[in-house]
Amino acid sequence: MLRLENLTKRYKTGDLALKDIDLEVPDGQVMALIGPSGAGKSTLIRCVNRLVEPTSGSVRLNDSEISSLGQNQLRKARRRMGMIFQEYALVERLSVMENVLSGRLGYVSFWRSYFRKFPQNDIDEAFRLLERVGLDHMADKRADELSGGQRQRVGICRALIQDPELLLIDEPTASLDPKTSRQIMRLICELCKERKLSAIINIHDVLLAQMFAERIVGLQLGEVVYDGPPGNLTADVLTTIYGEEDWEATIEKIDDEDDEDLDSVPTSADAVE
Amino acid sequence: MSAPRTWKRPPFIERPLLRWGLITGGTIFLLLSIGTMEVNWERVAAGLPRAERFVASFFPPDFTSKSSDIWEGIVESLWMTVVSTIIGILLSIPVGLGAARNLSPRFVYLISRGILALSRTFPEIIIALFAVKLFGFGPFAGIIALSIGSIGFYGKLLAEDIEDMDPVQAEAVKATGASWFQWLNYSVQPQVMPRMIGLAMYRFDINFRESAVLGIVGAGGIGATLLTSFGRYEFSSSAAILLIIIGIVMAVEYSSGYIRKWIQ
Repeated sequence: MLRLENLTKRYKTGDLALKDIDLEVPDGQVMALIGPSGAGKSTLIRCVNRLVEPTSGSVRLNDSEISSLGQNQLRKARRRMGMIFQEYALVERLSVMENVLSGRLGYVSFWRSYFRKFPQNDIDEAFRLLERVGLDHMADKRADELSGGQRQRVGICRALIQDPELLLIDEPTASLDPKTSRQIMRLICELCKERKLSAIINIHDVLLAQMFAERIVGLQLGEVVYDGPPGNLTADVLTTIYGEEDWEATIEKIDDEDDEDLDSVPTSADAVE
Repeated sequence: MSAPRTWKRPPFIERPLLRWGLITGGTIFLLLSIGTMEVNWERVAAGLPRAERFVASFFPPDFTSKSSDIWEGIVESLWMTVVSTIIGILLSIPVGLGAARNLSPRFVYLISRGILALSRTFPEIIIALFAVKLFGFGPFAGIIALSIGSIGFYGKLLAEDIEDMDPVQAEAVKATGASWFQWLNYSVQPQVMPRMIGLAMYRFDINFRESAVLGIVGAGGIGATLLTSFGRYEFSSSAAILLIIIGIVMAVEYSSGYIRKWIQ
């Protein structure tokens, strides 16, 4: 279980990005974090693995207090948190396989990783994961030769090979087309279920959040303004999170598109191909 | 009816007083410097036919009569170039990493930038003058001078390339729990590699040309041979040496392009 208590982040520029956030993510829960740009979504998930240093407050993953760890302990803690990025963040000049195996860097020695001599178990697992997302034939392609959806699937493999307890996912679909976005979200949710992972997904697309997440947290100007099931996300709630807009249309569309999507994509396995 | 709205790009310098002050100051300076430049047209006129004779005496280039001197000088130059390029680049990697603002704490950054600035303060020939005084005549002094020059050049460009890298790719590798060296190897190195290889080739080419000059102060290489042939008015031998230098520089240029394409 991940627990944030009084988490506050003030940037050097003086901007208060997170104000006293209290949040709990139980094991196995897929939580979507929604909110306008600048609400602090990215800052929040980066405070969890301390790519951004929190100003005050506590971050606990199961029994360990993340916010007070030293560099070495922090590296060990980061292994337990897989991160998936907006724009994929693959190292473009490395091959697909190298990108996936980079998820094991926290487990192998420098020289092993330098000479790309990863343990056979890691390589087996990498192939298994690539096969699972339908990319095992691409292992030796360079990452920049892949399409957006393929890159994001490599990003997912990189996060999962860490064998994490928690996934931190920052706008996974921001640069993908609507169909690929759905496939990627479905894949992430399926994998979370298979491996009993909890996940925090930052997402702009309210529709997608409602379709795939069990719980939705709305963030506005660094504060939690909504926390509940996707079904309770009414026009009023969206107005508190994002501000005044004609939300009725958005919400109505949810049901339509949901059905349509289920009709046109018969099984999830096909969707991944 | 309202007047049509006009639009002009805002001036680069907001304050009109400062703007016009700089413009007039610059113009006056330019005019004054042109005024103080003394060109003696008679001497220019007298020099032109001399130039013609001088160029004519380069032909035909003579590769044979001094061939053993030329050969020795070229080999020594190439050897100095290879050794100093390798030493310079190896030493510049830690300095360059230290001088990248996004990698290093401020303290290390300032020290590394200081080292880089210092090693670029003097041109290679001046460092070579010191090195010859310290270690005596010969290629060792030249290697020292060229290595120091390479550190300043390569370290600075490496640091700047690292500062320009895509931070998201680096962040992603950091998030896996990679150690600092693993992070360098998996996210920084792949991003800067193609440019760094091109720059290494370019520095090789600079070092080779510099090594031709360093001979003049006694720091080894083809420069000594070149200077001697000039001193003895053996211009056809000088021409041969210059042609060889041009040939080698061009060979490096073409192979650099080829290697870069292959690395890309």
